[in-house]
Amino acid sequence: MEEEAELIRVSGVVQGVGFRPFVWRVAHRLGLRGSVRNRGDEVEIVVAGPSAARAALVREIRQGPPQAVVRDLVRVPAALPEGAGFVIADSAHGNISTGIAPDLATCPACRAEIRTPGARRAGYAFTNCTDCGPRFSIVTGLPYDRQHTTMAGFSMCAACRAEYDNPADRRFHAQPVACPACGPRLHFVMPGEGKAADSLDAAVAVLSRGGIIALKGIGGYHLACLATSDDAVRTLRTRKARPAKPLAVMMGSAAMVMDFCVPTVVELALLRDPAAPVVPLAVRAREAGRPALSAGLAPGLDRVGVMLAYTPLHDLLLERVGLPLVMTSGNRSGCPQVIDEASAYTDLAGIADGWLVHDRLIARRLDDSVMAVCAGAGRVIRRGRGLAPASLPLPPDMAHAPAVLALGADLKAAFCLAGNGQALLSAHIGNLDDPGVQDEFRAALADYRNLFAHHPAVIAVDAHPDYHSHALGRQLAQEAGLPLLPVWHHHAHVAACMVEHGVGVTSGPVVGIALDGVGLGQDGTAWGGEILLCDYRECQRVGGLAPVAMPGGDAASREPWRMLLAHLDAALGVEGTDAAHHHVPIAALDQRPVAVMRAMVRTGMNAPRGSSAGRLFDAMAALLDVAPARLSYEGEAAMRLEALARQAPAGDDALPFGLRDEGGMVRIDPAPMWRAVLRLRAAVTPAAHIAAAFHRGLATACADVARQVARRHGVETIALSGGVMHNAMLVEALEMRLRMVGLHVLLPRLAPAGDGGIALGQAAIAAVRYMEST
Amino acid sequence: LAHGGGGTAMRALIDDVFLQAFGNDPAVAQEDQARFPLSRFTAEGDRLAFTTDAFVVEPLEFPGGDIGTLAVCGTVNDLAVGGARPVALSAAFILAEGLELATLRRVVASMAACARAAGVRIVTGDTKVVPRGACDGLFITTTGIGTLPAGCDISIAGGRVGDVVIVNGTLGDHGAAILCARGDLALDTAIESDCAALNGLTQALLDAVPDVRAMRDATRGGVAGVLTELAEASGVTVRIEEDRLPIRPDVAGLCELLGLDPLYLANEGKLVAVVPAEAAERALAAMHAHPLGRNAAVIGTLAEIPASGRRGDVRLVNRLGGQRVVTMPMGEQLPRIC
Ligand SMILES: [Fe+3]
Ligand SMILES: [Mg+2]
Ligand SMILES: [Zn+2]
Ligand SMILES: [Zn+2]
Repeated sequence: MEEEAELIRVSGVVQGVGFRPFVWRVAHRLGLRGSVRNRGDEVEIVVAGPSAARAALVREIRQGPPQAVVRDLVRVPAALPEGAGFVIADSAHGNISTGIAPDLATCPACRAEIRTPGARRAGYAFTNCTDCGPRFSIVTGLPYDRQHTTMAGFSMCAACRAEYDNPADRRFHAQPVACPACGPRLHFVMPGEGKAADSLDAAVAVLSRGGIIALKGIGGYHLACLATSDDAVRTLRTRKARPAKPLAVMMGSAAMVMDFCVPTVVELALLRDPAAPVVPLAVRAREAGRPALSAGLAPGLDRVGVMLAYTPLHDLLLERVGLPLVMTSGNRSGCPQVIDEASAYTDLAGIADGWLVHDRLIARRLDDSVMAVCAGAGRVIRRGRGLAPASLPLPPDMAHAPAVLALGADLKAAFCLAGNGQALLSAHIGNLDDPGVQDEFRAALADYRNLFAHHPAVIAVDAHPDYHSHALGRQLAQEAGLPLLPVWHHHAHVAACMVEHGVGVTSGPVVGIALDGVGLGQDGTAWGGEILLCDYRECQRVGGLAPVAMPGGDAASREPWRMLLAHLDAALGVEGTDAAHHHVPIAALDQRPVAVMRAMVRTGMNAPRGSSAGRLFDAMAALLDVAPARLSYEGEAAMRLEALARQAPAGDDALPFGLRDEGGMVRIDPAPMWRAVLRLRAAVTPAAHIAAAFHRGLATACADVARQVARRHGVETIALSGGVMHNAMLVEALEMRLRMVGLHVLLPRLAPAGDGGIALGQAAIAAVRYMEST
Repeated sequence: LAHGGGGTAMRALIDDVFLQAFGNDPAVAQEDQARFPLSRFTAEGDRLAFTTDAFVVEPLEFPGGDIGTLAVCGTVNDLAVGGARPVALSAAFILAEGLELATLRRVVASMAACARAAGVRIVTGDTKVVPRGACDGLFITTTGIGTLPAGCDISIAGGRVGDVVIVNGTLGDHGAAILCARGDLALDTAIESDCAALNGLTQALLDAVPDVRAMRDATRGGVAGVLTELAEASGVTVRIEEDRLPIRPDVAGLCELLGLDPLYLANEGKLVAVVPAEAAERALAAMHAHPLGRNAAVIGTLAEIPASGRRGDVRLVNRLGGQRVVTMPMGEQLPRIC
């Protein structure tokens, strides 16, 4: 039979994931000849041999190695290649887009290797292979080759070189390959002490006596201390000026997780994902004589964020300490995470007792990702290490949409580069109120645009003119002479969920339920509890929470008692609230300047009206005495309320919300709900019970409105979005109610439901609008 | 006060109010314009400074001042912060039908007193009476001229990296006083407006530190407004420290309650001065020696724009070392916390 040849082009996540050696091994096994190489963001294979063998090769390529994602595979006939065997050729340059892999947690083979006595890499903290190790965090350019990583300065020893060059080896072309002879080294630095003989031992000693170390990880420095020591946790909180925000914990193994927490099967699987996200887990009840997680890790909450060790360094450290470690980002409160030694020594002085550092540079900052299980699946809450820069496919009919740069929102800043049918949502960057975070945002923007050769035709921003991201987008658009497209906040929230689920440009509208804190609405007021009818072009408010005043503006978002008063006054009238306060204890309003708040509401002095769902949770948390007078982190009151609700025994009673038609939209009126709550309080109903019934009541009201609107407009798909949708209890209740009436429910999964995912929606909206305007 | 189609009696009454207050100035002859010998100006400087401002405030009278003191101080201060010596003012009044004559007399009297204290004369003016509802009681427009000494070159674009930023006293007093004086917020405080003419203070400062780089009075938009303009115009990053901002405890408490930021509250007797670092001590000493500068303080410095930073940032460093970008809202402030 005559030999024929073909060219196979594969795109997707195909670089930095062991794709070429995988192809090499399969081609060798099938007795094919030819070559494989990286070309820009693709892998290009020229192969000659019998057509059946070539077909078998294509079948296996479509599967790919474990971490690869094959998006497109194109086969065209080609000239016969020269040479007898199958080779891995040098990378060629080409169009660069998004084919670069996220950082990968240590694989089982490498975990075993560092524990093998006498192995070349026994106890070596920087062991990795093609299936695991740092990727995006060390990349300095494309294509993904060693010289384009921060490993460029380490020249391989002969043994490592042999592995790197051997296609049969699991380290074949593993760019960060290293060993104790040639790779990065650990150092432990402690003020006033000489060089430690063993860096790990020295670090373990500090940790074991309750000290705090700064630890250089994959995407930045962490601060670590014993998670089982109340004193260590308290010291860390004091030094970091972080009174209550939950601290993440790292565990060494699934067995350790089971010792301290009660994970579900899905949660365990999520922990083991190569992204190694932080996953909130229920904490195991304390038992006498057994170490337990400190109650100071997540004050007022019933869950602790847990991740598994994801580098050999973490692995070795956890093994020697033998107890869970707090692993929180190494920064001063509010500032970006530190990634270099110089900043670590200055910025973390006064927090850390010692520094466990190494000499491999971190090319870019990547916070740990956070994912939670909700409605049966792991859902991204914060996108960072292990998830960025994986891209999402745009719906097929947006494949030819123009390139868009979308700048997201301000408090959970993340931007999105869209184009070529893909959307790349950046890693979580932080709160843009902080100038350091703003600098970081601009630097990251330049970094991504350069790395992924992105040239936008249009820039999308949130419509809020006072967002820093809006101002930055305006400036960028001006400088580059590009159009600037402002997008409504809640439209973007819903569109983000639509994109993820492949809802097309021509698919017709969906009903969006967008619940969050506050975003600028189309009527110039603060929205945040909205039922919307939207496609990518337009968004129409068809229902939602009735607005109430927010006395003090943003101060009402920091101090839940303000919202409680505003809600009660709106529901019961001033006299009604006072009478209720007389009758039922409302501790949150005791000793508060109630008269001034009411005067502000009456005169409109800094008391904008808003229909926020988040602030309704805050108000309820205040009434049920689980909200502090002043929140120390965003979402604190709502998270405590959800934790409280989970303590209630299962039930199905729901607090009653009122629904009424008002100017063509269905208003959800909380007044009957507040009256019911006060009755329950008067009857000394347990707070947990009320909290749970509140979740179910809001879910029922939103589902009812969505159903009405969907029926009226002939819509069958409901998209849920907004930061409140990180509340699993609410989402599960809402999803169930919608599914029960036969509606198709879309839930955010890969992009955060909160403001961290909003850039994705902005990008899709801007792309469609721009496409149709030109 | 009645809107009487310019009846002679009413006219005479109003004229009487003004004449009594502003008195027998040689420049105020019975002509349509005030006249000055040029030599008077050329003796004091080589340029003329000229500014105008319109004043509206509710209520017309408030603790620490009234619309009249605002009108005089505002225009005097606009001249003074440019380094000019204010010479004379004009004043135009729009009175609403129904305004009490006694109120007008008090306002005019305080203008006169304020002008006298500041060493400027009110030399020309005009009055109109409009129907009730066409204006809110009383509007005043003042225009001022002054002399600018040779070599004096103070500019909002004059700040340089390393310079220090000074304010002459507590921030936000005027804005806070007005909020309380409106009487509808159920608040009882002793906060008074800081309304004052600053030309004496600027003179003292310039005598001690001739190379003041930039100076602005921090009126509407507050200190934040001045600093954002300074950062933008001078092409620097302005770093200010929360700990160093002089703020009265009652003003801070009021802001906390109302959800306001004292950095954005209006002042009527406060200026922001930028001086070279080596002159900071001298500048502070000169200010401290003046009654309107007793609480003067260095609040920050001008720094290089970071590599990935934006031109014209104002960065507020808080007590814990955290930072916040200070910007001016585009319109009415809308909530931002999602
Ligand atoms: Fe939002
Ligand atoms: Mg002016
Ligand atoms: Zn491995
Ligand atoms: Zn080696």
